[in-house]
Amino acid sequence: MIPREFEYHAPRTIPDALSLLTQFGDEAKLLAGGHSLLPMMKMRFAQPSHLIDLGKIRELKGIREDGGTLRIGAMTTENELIWSKLLQDKCPLLIEGARLISDPQVRYKGTIGGDISHGDPANDHPALMLALGASFVLKGPTGERSVPADGFFVGTYATLMQPGEIMTEIRIPIPAPGTGYCYSKLKRKVGDFATAAAAVTLRMKGETVQDVAIALTNVGATVLRAVAAENSLRGKALNDASIAEAARFAMSICDPVEDQRGDAEYKTAMAGEMTQRALRTARTRAH
Amino acid sequence: MSKKQAVSFKLNGKPVDVLVEPRELLIHSLREKLQHTGPHIGCETSHCGACTVDLDGMSVKSCTVLTVQCEGAEVLTIEGFEQAGALHALQEGFTQEHGLQCGYCTPGMITRAYRLLKENPSPSEEEIRYWMAGNLCRCTGYQNIVKAVQYAAQKLSPAHT
Amino acid sequence: MAASTDVLERQTKLQGLGSSRLRKEDARFIRGKGTYVDDIKLPGMLFGAIVRSPYAHARIKSINKAKALAVPGVVAVLTADDLKPVKLHWMPTIGGDVQAVLADKKVCFQLQEVAMVIASDRYSAADGADMVEVDYEELPAIVDPHQAMAPGAPIIREDIADKDEVGHGKRTHPNHIFTWEAGDKDGTDAVFASAAVTVREEILNPRVHPCPMETCGCVASFDKVTGQLTVYMTSQAPHLVRTVVAMLSGIPESKIRIIGGDIGGGFGNKVPIYPGYVIAIVASIVTGVPIKWIESRIDNISTTGFARDYHGIGELAADKDGRIKALRFSALADHGAFNSHVSATKLPAGLFSICTGSYDIPKAYCRVDAVYTNKAPGGVAYRCSLRVTEAVYLIERMMDVLAQKLGLDKAEIRRRNFVKAEKFPYTTAFGWTLDSGNYHAALEKVLKAVDYDGLRKEQAAKRAKGELMGIGISTFTEIVGAGPTKVCDILGIGLFDSCDIRVNPTGSAIARLGTMSQGQGHATTYAQIIATELGLSSDEIQIEEGDTDKAPYGAGTWGSRSTPVGGAAAAMAARKIRAKAQKIAAHLLEVGEGDLEWEVDRFKVKGNPALSKTMKEIAMAAHTSNLPDGMEKGLDGTEYYDPPNMTFPFGAYVCVVDVDRFTGETKVRRFYALDDCGTRINPMIIEGQIHGGLTEAFAVAFGQAIPFDENGNHLGNSFMDYFLPTSVETPHWETDHTVTPSPHHPIGAKGVAESPHVGGIPCFTNAVVDAFAHLGVTHMDMPHTAYRVWQQCKALGVNER
Repeated sequence: MIPREFEYHAPRTIPDALSLLTQFGDEAKLLAGGHSLLPMMKMRFAQPSHLIDLGKIRELKGIREDGGTLRIGAMTTENELIWSKLLQDKCPLLIEGARLISDPQVRYKGTIGGDISHGDPANDHPALMLALGASFVLKGPTGERSVPADGFFVGTYATLMQPGEIMTEIRIPIPAPGTGYCYSKLKRKVGDFATAAAAVTLRMKGETVQDVAIALTNVGATVLRAVAAENSLRGKALNDASIAEAARFAMSICDPVEDQRGDAEYKTAMAGEMTQRALRTARTRAH
Repeated sequence: MSKKQAVSFKLNGKPVDVLVEPRELLIHSLREKLQHTGPHIGCETSHCGACTVDLDGMSVKSCTVLTVQCEGAEVLTIEGFEQAGALHALQEGFTQEHGLQCGYCTPGMITRAYRLLKENPSPSEEEIRYWMAGNLCRCTGYQNIVKAVQYAAQKLSPAHT
Repeated sequence: MAASTDVLERQTKLQGLGSSRLRKEDARFIRGKGTYVDDIKLPGMLFGAIVRSPYAHARIKSINKAKALAVPGVVAVLTADDLKPVKLHWMPTIGGDVQAVLADKKVCFQLQEVAMVIASDRYSAADGADMVEVDYEELPAIVDPHQAMAPGAPIIREDIADKDEVGHGKRTHPNHIFTWEAGDKDGTDAVFASAAVTVREEILNPRVHPCPMETCGCVASFDKVTGQLTVYMTSQAPHLVRTVVAMLSGIPESKIRIIGGDIGGGFGNKVPIYPGYVIAIVASIVTGVPIKWIESRIDNISTTGFARDYHGIGELAADKDGRIKALRFSALADHGAFNSHVSATKLPAGLFSICTGSYDIPKAYCRVDAVYTNKAPGGVAYRCSLRVTEAVYLIERMMDVLAQKLGLDKAEIRRRNFVKAEKFPYTTAFGWTLDSGNYHAALEKVLKAVDYDGLRKEQAAKRAKGELMGIGISTFTEIVGAGPTKVCDILGIGLFDSCDIRVNPTGSAIARLGTMSQGQGHATTYAQIIATELGLSSDEIQIEEGDTDKAPYGAGTWGSRSTPVGGAAAAMAARKIRAKAQKIAAHLLEVGEGDLEWEVDRFKVKGNPALSKTMKEIAMAAHTSNLPDGMEKGLDGTEYYDPPNMTFPFGAYVCVVDVDRFTGETKVRRFYALDDCGTRINPMIIEGQIHGGLTEAFAVAFGQAIPFDENGNHLGNSFMDYFLPTSVETPHWETDHTVTPSPHHPIGAKGVAESPHVGGIPCFTNAVVDAFAHLGVTHMDMPHTAYRVWQQCKALGVNER
């Protein structure tokens, strides 16, 4: 219940945060919403000597539209995503996903940037980001770069972020009108991580699939892009058979950890089932 | 021992000061240093919600917030609900609808319901259950808690004078 | 008529028996002004943090305190060696065993207590606990109770290896605790041998944990000057604790004060005396200052009294019409490393022999074999009424198993076997005399309310489409109200209870009882009972429990005993007062006692109703000189109530579920619960208890478990995995009732709070199994998580589109 001692820093600008991060190196951890990090510190699984709180940096907040892109500050909370009129209009998938994360109190603090940069395969935003073709703005001591979500997640708790970098912004190309979407998440109860989940975006051309993105949560060492499943659907009709086949392809890339949520066979089957449900629902929303 | 910091914030409308190590959790500052034992501790994994307070307009689990993060903040706990001897509609609702038994989850429930109703003044039963799912209860089975929140929503609505 | 309106008005004003009056205790809780143990702060108080074993079974080679003692703020580190001089490193348990307070030489379950660090605050205590160095030598652990008595199994309890019994008869193996049996074995076997139909099923009641929102803890304060020990404690039985502490510590019981203040839920978790309490008491004696110990949630789930872990075999013998002729139940009981759960001396398996349930079964035999394993101690807890959850689960499951074997409807099999209403009081084959019941009426009312026939038709239609819909029925009989002292005692102390009422001159009253509310609303319900007996408003009757310095001796609150025993004591004490009041009224009105009749709140002269004296007027008179010659002043009554029998609340529940065969998720579509607890004191409070008990039953049936790996390591002992449903998962509950009063209880009330849990759990399992019954499934073990139910779907080949 009680963390080890540490020094606390609350920089007010990104450059200040970066220099603290450089100064303390791997003795420091960034504090975003704190609802992944602080519980780990209270159990003493994580014991950083320095905490750099990003909560006072105003530039890291905000949701805005810029040309055809949604730009979301990394410290935007799940609750801010859920109540955003802009996202309701332009990117409802993000809201559907955020609503399924954790519980109301955690969502007031949990941030989209924290969820993504933690590299936890159980977190939900990575799949949403892959389905939306998002990219992440990373600022480091040597400058700023933008990295696509696809390929960003390299291992459990491992991303392309370099030591000394901070994620500052998430950029999402606004889905074209008529894009179908769904985040279908199986969980044991509110507040639990996914047993398995699938994020889908879908563009139809008449009765055929013009384009589709499918990403899976918590059934591998990282979020998984179901590329073969996507390929199997492009240019085809969406029916029971093609959906079932896509689900089989999705299942074939799963390699989930066995835990109290289920064994590998169950979780893999559920990844398939969530893929099916997400595709079906996305179809009803596509026009 | 890491150096203690002075932190000032408003607690139920009154300015308070505490001297804390960076690692001190807000729930402990409230309960131990500031004598506000209304918010309770029910777990150490940030699940149960018994420690819920209202911090700068947000329902947060005070066991997962560092006191040093609260400089200049406005904190509302259950102790701040009764004003000049008048109970808040939620306090009335919980009593009228038998929304509590042992009372341990109650401060967190009421504090959370307060923010829920600010953001969603006329919630359906399904919405109440969804927006209260961060607060666990073992005694009531939630059914009367839903009724308590509905009672308060009714009482607080502009139509009700 | 004016007279009866007036009577009704006066009755309503009392807010007495039967009123859904609002609760008196709410005022402090809605303001956050409850006083739970962790709210207590005493001057000079220090904080204790327990160091616990990471291994399930290991020898302790050494403990090094030096680094811990060097942590700023740490005052002391206690180990078994520090408790030896006061002989408290071991303590006797309620179950007739002994339990390690701090592990001496070996540990027997993961997270067992090894040391306590005392520090100025909980932060330093946590830092100190991290620095205690313990050198362990790991030993092989027994996790499966079926392996406990295997030849060559590792011996868990070396401390009693030479003892051939631990309180309950001969042990046949070092890991054997006791074998208990009841009924007529030979007669039962004979019936089975010749029966037309027999069914047998292996039925697991998994290990779960009550998990109240408040964990266990205490503030122990020993005053060196006065020799007085005060302990604020999360205890459901403060007097019993006081007596045991006196026995353990040698401090005279008159100098020990246990205070149960506000308790954040008990559910049986807060009955046992845990090592943490004892160490805190010793630490206070040693340091001379108050010591606070509050356990974490993980410690709570992992080390305080778990529930169930009964590996059962159910067998029924019946004729071809489904009339049961004999019952044969057995269970292998995993008690963990110490036999420490609540247990009446003569009833080591609790009230398991209620397992003939609501049915008229002529021959029966049951047997429980209890063993040690390398897990935390416990077994009796969690709204269980002392193993009644285990018993009722077995019989209600077996009724469905028998129905399926015979192709009989699951309501019909029950109708054919119910004890008929006219047969009460009915003595079961195990010797329990069920006080009253009307099982047929309860079942019919429920079946009509849910349109049972319509549901079965719907189910048939859904099955034709390959959909899984289940209907669960549970018609349970509970046994509560421990209990008649001839049968029920703990460490020799009879399980009576008490009420001490004092009426003051201005006509209000204070009543103190030996029970201990943890949220059940005693401050309100006891006041209501007394209000009706005395004709005083329940608003003006103060109820106190929990402070052993003030309250008369009682056995506390567990096993739904407060209403049957405490409520009876309250009524009887009040009647003593009313009897005296009648004499005073007669004196004041200058009539004979026999000329008076009682009406709501006053004595009236028969035939001359204008002449009357209210209880309030009598209360004042009782403190003046205007009393009959020789009568003592004052208006008090005290009753120590030894119940003549247990009480037997009952119910009929129906549950409708829809199973998603693709994910294994079960949706509870409807749950209709009819309870009969006899006279209903406060319907609003009863309904709240039903909601709570059903929600806990839902949690047990659909997700709770305490899983271990083969080395005895916990796999899911925090809220990350231990299933406490939120407001989203929890179903909507419909409640109903019938009223069949208990003939032996002064107000006909039976108690109710555990019934929904006892009756709810088998109802859920019956519903889930019923969803698969047409595919040949006769039983499915809990918990019915999506994962496990999906595995059933897969085994049947129905999990894919």
